[in-house]
Amino acid sequence: MNAIAASLADSATMMRRNFRHTMRNPLTLLNAIIMPIFVMFLMVYVLGGAFSVGTDYVDYATPGMIIMTIGYGIGPTATGVNSDMTTGFINRLRVMDVSRAAVLNAHVIATMLRTLVAIAFIIGVAFLMGFSPSASFPEWLGAIGIVVLTVLAISWLTIAAGLAAKSPESAGILGVPLMLLPFLSSAFVPADKMGPGARQFAEYQPFTPIIETLRGFLTGTPSTGTALTAAAWCVGLALIGYLWARATFTKRA
Amino acid sequence: MNGSAIVASGLRKAYKDKIVLDGIDLDVQTGTIFALLGPNGAGKTTTVNVLTTLLAPDAGKVVVAGHDVATETKAVRAAIGVTGQFASVDDLLTGEENLLMMADLLHLPKAEGKRIADRLLDRFDLVEAASKPAASYSGGMRRKLDLAMTLVGDPQIIFLDEPTTGLDPRSRRTMWEIIRELVADGTTIFLTTQYLEEADELANRIAVLDQGRLVAEGTADELKRRVPGSHVRLRFTDRHELDVAARVLHESTRDDEELTLRVPGDGGVRSLRELLDRLDAQSIEVEELSVHTPDLDDVFLALTGHGNKEISAR
Ligand SMILES: Nc1ncnc2c1ncn2[C@@H]1O[C@H](COP(=O)(O)OP(=O)(O)O)[C@@H](O)[C@H]1O
Ligand SMILES: [Mg+2]
Repeated sequence: MNAIAASLADSATMMRRNFRHTMRNPLTLLNAIIMPIFVMFLMVYVLGGAFSVGTDYVDYATPGMIIMTIGYGIGPTATGVNSDMTTGFINRLRVMDVSRAAVLNAHVIATMLRTLVAIAFIIGVAFLMGFSPSASFPEWLGAIGIVVLTVLAISWLTIAAGLAAKSPESAGILGVPLMLLPFLSSAFVPADKMGPGARQFAEYQPFTPIIETLRGFLTGTPSTGTALTAAAWCVGLALIGYLWARATFTKRA
Repeated sequence: MNGSAIVASGLRKAYKDKIVLDGIDLDVQTGTIFALLGPNGAGKTTTVNVLTTLLAPDAGKVVVAGHDVATETKAVRAAIGVTGQFASVDDLLTGEENLLMMADLLHLPKAEGKRIADRLLDRFDLVEAASKPAASYSGGMRRKLDLAMTLVGDPQIIFLDEPTTGLDPRSRRTMWEIIRELVADGTTIFLTTQYLEEADELANRIAVLDQGRLVAEGTADELKRRVPGSHVRLRFTDRHELDVAARVLHESTRDDEELTLRVPGDGGVRSLRELLDRLDAQSIEVEELSVHTPDLDDVFLALTGHGNKEISAR
């Protein structure tokens, strides 16, 4: 069997394993779906009325909610990858000459699928709450594109951090900053309504351009500049995560 | 089957300024059990990681199954199986699924993988538990499944890092039996342990590792002899014989009540013969002779000066 066929076969085996994990531990998927919906209700029905954002609040908040949903989907990946590392499972695979790509790609794909399923749910709930996007078909493609790119970047970062973390417990809290960062972006409140320190932070952190891009696509008012900034952030973060994961996988025994 | 399965020379490894391996030389003969004995933190796992291609040493050369670990990693990996210190089974998969996953990763045909998995489940007495998730297994069952997973690929050389740590005595005995069966089939076993009894029980050769250095190497008996405290005890029929013998063997210490002499020695055959020759030359009658060698616990204490207890927390 040549190297590529072997790597593909191994990827399929590892994918099957990850799929079984999700099926046997459905709470992880449920959590990834339900928690963001809960926050969405809170934002729109409880807090939303307090902000005037110039449009329907659900229209304003949905892009931020979509991005925030990613943070709720990655916890199991970080703990799973980390316990593979700390229990010696990855060492076993390395000694068996299972390709690094197979192990890591399977985790990336599983994370992306779980997260994208949760995002589909949150969009569904948004529609039920009156979300009315005015995106054309190409703009929808753009919106999907930026979401997938963001999920890819965060998946790689999560896997790298999960590999590097000391214990599954410390890996498990990796998702927390990602659940909080959107609050310090333009996700729920326009940046110019924030206090001075928070405003600066919101302007420069990656979630702001990403959420603005998504919002632009969904409201039919995309801005090329912001979209390029967002895409650059995603590609950069994905690359960092990818290289970091590769290096940690090889080095840590 | 002859020759070396594992040869390591001059292994060194340091993390920052902490020296973990300080010049390790090893030679493990094919088809034998070799035990690396040492307390927690001695560097056993680090040694296993280096020998199994998982960790590059700072210096030194390792040849496993005739292949250089640094340059022929693939060939080495094809020849070895490793069971790490912590059972690396997938808790959410069943025992059978764990084994089949290994077969898939080894790219075995489906039917063959199934056949091997069934055989291993049967051999390790896991048939009943085969379709239960590994999370529900006892410590002993997990260890067995872990080892079974290593055996799917039928490796020539197996590394077992503390295979019985944390097991109850019965599971430990089962594990020992399994290990003995493996060598009987011609496999080479490199195991690490904190238990002197285990090394004594299983290993053809033992190396004692302490703070990154090998402080002794040999068979269990050789090690026991290397330790001061070996002595020959001679018992005599009467006081007169004891007096004569004590004069001849002036290095001995006497016990008048027991009518015995305790003669220090290395416990080896040659020194014993010399001793008997000296007694014969004076026509001294010995009623009873016994050779006392210290057990491995004494060995460890004597060789390292601090006994076989945990010297450093991880
Ligand atoms: N990655 C690491 N970084 C720093 N120190 C380490 C690392 N791995 C092991 N050590 C240290 O090396 C020593 C030997 O560890 P190890 O080989 O695990 O010992 P053993 O398996 O005999 O208990 C210990 O003091 C441990 O703290
Ligand atoms: Mg160890």
